[in-house]
Amino acid sequence: MASNHYDNIRERTRNFCIVAHIDHGKSTLADRMIERTGLLTSREMQDQVLDNMELERERGITIKSQAVRLVYKAKDGVEYIFNLIDTPGHVDFNYEVSRSLAACDGAILVVDATQGIQAQTLANVYLALEHDLDVFPVINKIDLPSAMPEEVRHEIEDVIGIEAEDAPLISAKQGIGIEDVLEAVVEKIPAPEGDAEEPLKALIFDSLYDSYRGVIVFCRIRDGVIKKGMQVRMMATGAVVEVVEVGYFGPGQFIPCDELAAGQVGYFTASIKNIKDARVGDTVTEHTRPCAEPLPGYKKAQPMVFCGLYPADSAKYPDLRDALEKLQLNDASLFFEPETSLALGFGFRCGFLGLLHMEVILERLEREYDLDLISTAPGVVYKVFKTDGTMIELTNPSNLPDPAKIEHMEEPIVSAEIMVTTEFIGPIMQLCQERRGRYLDTEYIEATRAVLKYELPLNEIIYDFFDALKSRSRGYASFDYDLKGYETSELVKMDILVNKEPVDALSFIVHAAGAYDRGRKMCEKLKEEIPRQLFDVPIQAAVGGRIIARETVRQLRKDVLAKCYGGDISRKKKLLEKQKEGKKRMQIVGNVEIPKEAFMNVLKLDAGN
Amino acid sequence: MSEYNRGGPVSLYLHFPFCERKCRYCDFLSGPAGEETREEYVDLLCREIELRAGEITAPSESAAVVDSIFIGGGTPSLMTPVQAARVMDTIRSRYQVLSDAEISMEINPGTVDPLKLLGFKAAGIGRLSIGVQSFDDSELHLLGRIHTAAEARETFHAAREAGFDNINLDLMSALPGQNIETWSHTLKEAVSLGPEHISAYSLIIEEGTPFASLLNAGELPDLPSEEEDRRMYHFTKQFLASEGYRRYEISNYAKAGYECRHNCGYWTGHEYLGLGLGASSCLGSERFRNPDKMNDYRKAVNDTNEYDPVNAMRRERQTLTREDRMEEFMFLGLRMTEGVSEKEFEKRFGVKMEDIYGGMLHRHLEQNVIRRTPDHRIALTEYGLDVASYVMADYLL
Repeated sequence: MASNHYDNIRERTRNFCIVAHIDHGKSTLADRMIERTGLLTSREMQDQVLDNMELERERGITIKSQAVRLVYKAKDGVEYIFNLIDTPGHVDFNYEVSRSLAACDGAILVVDATQGIQAQTLANVYLALEHDLDVFPVINKIDLPSAMPEEVRHEIEDVIGIEAEDAPLISAKQGIGIEDVLEAVVEKIPAPEGDAEEPLKALIFDSLYDSYRGVIVFCRIRDGVIKKGMQVRMMATGAVVEVVEVGYFGPGQFIPCDELAAGQVGYFTASIKNIKDARVGDTVTEHTRPCAEPLPGYKKAQPMVFCGLYPADSAKYPDLRDALEKLQLNDASLFFEPETSLALGFGFRCGFLGLLHMEVILERLEREYDLDLISTAPGVVYKVFKTDGTMIELTNPSNLPDPAKIEHMEEPIVSAEIMVTTEFIGPIMQLCQERRGRYLDTEYIEATRAVLKYELPLNEIIYDFFDALKSRSRGYASFDYDLKGYETSELVKMDILVNKEPVDALSFIVHAAGAYDRGRKMCEKLKEEIPRQLFDVPIQAAVGGRIIARETVRQLRKDVLAKCYGGDISRKKKLLEKQKEGKKRMQIVGNVEIPKEAFMNVLKLDAGN
Repeated sequence: MSEYNRGGPVSLYLHFPFCERKCRYCDFLSGPAGEETREEYVDLLCREIELRAGEITAPSESAAVVDSIFIGGGTPSLMTPVQAARVMDTIRSRYQVLSDAEISMEINPGTVDPLKLLGFKAAGIGRLSIGVQSFDDSELHLLGRIHTAAEARETFHAAREAGFDNINLDLMSALPGQNIETWSHTLKEAVSLGPEHISAYSLIIEEGTPFASLLNAGELPDLPSEEEDRRMYHFTKQFLASEGYRRYEISNYAKAGYECRHNCGYWTGHEYLGLGLGASSCLGSERFRNPDKMNDYRKAVNDTNEYDPVNAMRRERQTLTREDRMEEFMFLGLRMTEGVSEKEFEKRFGVKMEDIYGGMLHRHLEQNVIRRTPDHRIALTEYGLDVASYVMADYLL
């Protein structure tokens, strides 16, 4: 086909994403754009079309990247092809954001007119700029009484340093200003570059496992054309496959087409059974006519948070394994390997991008796979340098070598930016101090808002830092972080003994200075979590065999149902059934019944603040 | 024609859902009503008694054999002696009431006088259960009872005068503001009257009662501390034992031979037919309840056909599976201090108790909440009785 045909399409294509701080209206804007370009009538629209996981809808967050092609007839009379790629908004999923950005040429920055710039606004804009995207801002929620569009306009110019003079003022919710956004996409986002005549060169930016078609590979074509029947090669893995189908993204569906050429975003299938053969970040080329060099990939997401996952019913172990394998098909950042716990039996050590990622996976396992799970204390990866000169990466506190054989340990440190209104600077600084933060700097954005810069041990922020931050700033603080590296630290392993028996699933690594405090709080919390048993249950925290804290759950004294009236046995039985249900939520460790939630709840020490 | 085969005599429970005023802790199916409503209810009840006789009459019997009757409420002593007599006569006309049948009625001291008690006696009531609850007037007031301690004593004496030689006193512990002094006073007063039977229940604050909202609003005195509660509880056991009352069930104490047969029937799988608004029944392998809304009940009675009484009246029907029956055998039987018989279990279910509950029995024996008697019964220990619910829940399959 003539190259001017391809060029014509390419010139009319815009590949872009929308970036925003969480809740600033990214998904709503995407929905309006889909609606306005006539792809769906509003009756067909389900709220937030692009968030198609049940969990995403419920939580109002985007977890997986999604993409959709829109056709927009602009005021200049030309029909443009928009490839809108939705990106996750949470810091845990920065990795997903960055790979989605690689498929785009520009980005719409959505800023909430009532809140202004927040931590993730900055983080996401910086990510977009790093990827050389052209970013233009829109100011959303102008219909709200507390909207301050002019202030926000200045803030965008002052803080981010991008032009905001003609930023569209919109209300995605009310459908105001959507036309302006669509026009701005045409004007401000560049058409993709690339040459359809060159050998195929396409970037894999996501993938999805489908049990009928195998792996569906999401790709951005940089050069060349991909079409059905073509032999393609994954340049990093070397896998060669035959393309079965190519297509583009309709809302919530895949629409096959003949080919995808340079500049286009779409998908292909090739009966790929193993998602590892279509690695995100890899370059796809034609087997017989390869391109000279692969595109720069991006580094694989490293799991940062680890925990043990155990089926409450040990017979469900194979089910848990199957479920994890299935989830991993669509989530390469999920890591797991088998492990055994004395307290909990057979399970898996799992690695996640962050705590939200972990919660999402847990919830999906429980809901979609109907598994009843026990999770152990989430922890980070420590580097343990032994006296024999070797180093191990420790993901499970139970595997800590004999302290005599440890030379020193290192823990991961993050650089954190916390955006906060000035009245809460005090409490937030105190929180960071409590979490062993190292203060770096305060930058004032305007008279009443500042960015606090800290270095914090990752270990200190994975449990409940976000909740504590919100509660100490009445919800006003926002937070973003990046892994900085490893630093030597004085770390010890804390064991928790229940009825004198160490419960391996409750062991964790803690900084020596905070050990006493943590131990005491853990014991107090466990005392609340463990219901009274038929005997006194001592709960102890120990470091290196030395008991540093103790509480006792007193023996159950009285638990008798009163009168059973007029032979109403059913009512009595219901009460016993309720009691039995409660017991089912327990894990018997040694001789003690511990509620499954306790393993997770004991970690939320700061939630009451 | 009966639709099922019974094994032996049945018990009857009759519900009288009216009271003079609802007590503040009460969540039973009861409430105040005028005389006309009460009269109409007695009519309905009598009609139901007649209609349902066929339901429990075996083909070999001319009338079903009844070995105990319990008239509960509400406040059944709000019935006039004439009404009570009508109810009893109706029963006798359709059922074969054994000559030594236990026939109990609950009475509230605020609703009876010597004449009325004589009337109940004449109607055929043999056993009275007096709702005393406390011999402390401030506690009675707090509970919303309509009588004083002195009136309760008078009622007891009048009952004796009327010839009642089998009397129970209902008492309540764990009341807000109660302490070991007021409770031991109540117990001593009760014992000094010399009743044959004492029921000592712990107050449970039920959701939806005025007590629950008052307690939440902080408008009641504090509930006894756990320590105080425990002291009261132990005092009850020791004191009543020393006075010749044997604890035969979790909350029930009796002089030898005066255990409430009707109540024991509930715990040992005896069949019973509940008559009246919302009354529960257990017949054969089915549990069910009567309609618990008055309009619904009235309609059901009026719609009931003598030849097919089952369909209109039986609500919340539940066919007990073998597992259900095993569970009930255990958790109901364990309420009795003599416990459950391993032999009886095997006889009923054709499998050893050990085979079904082996692991749990072992665990509970080790935890010293149950014991095995020389005659192969499994019974709660002293501590097991304290934590009975905790233990019983483990016998649900």
